[in-house]
Amino acid sequence: MNALIRDIYNSTHEFVRTFGAFQLFFLRLIRHSPRMIVRRPGLIVKQIYNAGALSMVIIMVCGLFVGGVLGLQGYANLSRFNAEDSVGTVVALALIKELGPVITALLFAGRAGTALSSEIGLMKATDQLAAMEMMAVNPVRRVLVPRFLGGVIAMPFLVAVFTCIGLFGAHLVSIDLLSVDVGAFWQQMQLSVSMDDIREGIIKSFVFGVVASLLAVWEGYNAMPTAEGVGRATTRTVVISAIAVLILDFMITAVML
Amino acid sequence: MLRRRENWLKALDGSSENLIEIRDLMYSRGSRVIFKDMNLTIKRGEVTALMGPSGTGKTTLLRLITRQLVPQHGVICVDGVDISSLNQAGLYEMRKRFGMLFQNGALLTDYNVFENVAFPLREHTSLSNRLIRHVVLTKLHAVGLRGAADMWPSQLSGGMARRVALARAMVMDPEILIYDEPFVGLDPISMGVIVRLVRRMNDALGITSIIVSHDVAEVSTVADCSYLISDGKVAASGSPDELHAANSELVRQFMHGMADGPVAFHFEAPDYAEQLLGRDAE
Repeated sequence: MNALIRDIYNSTHEFVRTFGAFQLFFLRLIRHSPRMIVRRPGLIVKQIYNAGALSMVIIMVCGLFVGGVLGLQGYANLSRFNAEDSVGTVVALALIKELGPVITALLFAGRAGTALSSEIGLMKATDQLAAMEMMAVNPVRRVLVPRFLGGVIAMPFLVAVFTCIGLFGAHLVSIDLLSVDVGAFWQQMQLSVSMDDIREGIIKSFVFGVVASLLAVWEGYNAMPTAEGVGRATTRTVVISAIAVLILDFMITAVML
Repeated sequence: MLRRRENWLKALDGSSENLIEIRDLMYSRGSRVIFKDMNLTIKRGEVTALMGPSGTGKTTLLRLITRQLVPQHGVICVDGVDISSLNQAGLYEMRKRFGMLFQNGALLTDYNVFENVAFPLREHTSLSNRLIRHVVLTKLHAVGLRGAADMWPSQLSGGMARRVALARAMVMDPEILIYDEPFVGLDPISMGVIVRLVRRMNDALGITSIIVSHDVAEVSTVADCSYLISDGKVAASGSPDELHAANSELVRQFMHGMADGPVAFHFEAPDYAEQLLGRDAE
């Protein structure tokens, strides 16, 4: 019994300590961000390219097929109630409010997040971060902040691309394949999608960008400096990011309803 | 604790010829004590070698001197300043006076050889590209790799990577140059050039050099003073000639590479035969 209580105490203590360190780490990134934005914008642009432009293909392909599936499912189910003209509304609301931000964040964690954490973990394992410290260069400012900001800035653009391509996929399936009326498709969408829906999508994409990028740089920076440690950090990045995104999605949706 | 630190600081020699002073250093990792009550002085303008059997914590000592690690007890003073007392800005100012060659080179894999060497200049100075190019090529020429300026770290051999790292370590003309195993993986020609370069830079620029190495022969040709570290303490110190002539069994074993002596070649293990037979029985 004593051992069980001790284990619970140790686990709780470790969790609280790690969570506190995580918050301090986040504050350090925020504290260094303005200076890096002003003085070294080139480093951030490079990371936007790495996290954003290099994720574009996977985002576009996935967006196209998710939109296509939504078009198919929407048509199949709405036609039972003779409401197939509303397929545009269903697809647009699903993509803008939920699937666009969530699926993009999951894909981002899988592609850019893992790349970030493994890159930073390897830099640590090969003493590159220690070498920067010895050259009086702060690795948090020089390495982590640009990568974090790059991810945060890239995410809303990726969500926008995913959503647009998704709508295009739904258009292809619903109108070109299933002969839904093109005017009804777009008009219904225009009438039912409000600015509040778009704002919700933008807020989610920004929050998910912060969370996914933060977790990626945190895991990489705290990886054990071994091959196994870097592998574990990469895996944890995907798993924790996915869980965090889904929980936060629920919370934001609940707040914004 | 504060009073103890004051006592340590009072106990320091304070002489201007001592650049680095370590007093009553204690450092442990988990339950393993690496240094206990270690005292060591590095004189200004000299080449000082830190030697010792594998696993005695020579690299750890370098990391403590540069405050990449923090000791549990004791004080480390660099040029009269207790480095534990520095805030981050002060520490970075101090580190600008250091150049460090890491064991594995630690080159930045995002940058080619030229940009690796130029990195400290771009971060800390506002020199023009033309001047940076001039300085970088001069340093690369000194280590014989001017022709490799456009190569990437992945294209370099271990020895070449270490020479590039050496060029990077000295590009800011530091006051203190720290070499962690600088001779590993170098061919005899490169080794000879690097040994002469270490000595020449030290004398010409008036810097202080600290070398961690197992290579007794090469260290003996370049060091003014050597420390032999064993069991968490300084086991012997003096010029290479003094260490070669020392009567201590440990020093003789290390300096002459003998298998028998106080330092066991084999890590602590159960009886060989019993272990083998035990395994068979399983």
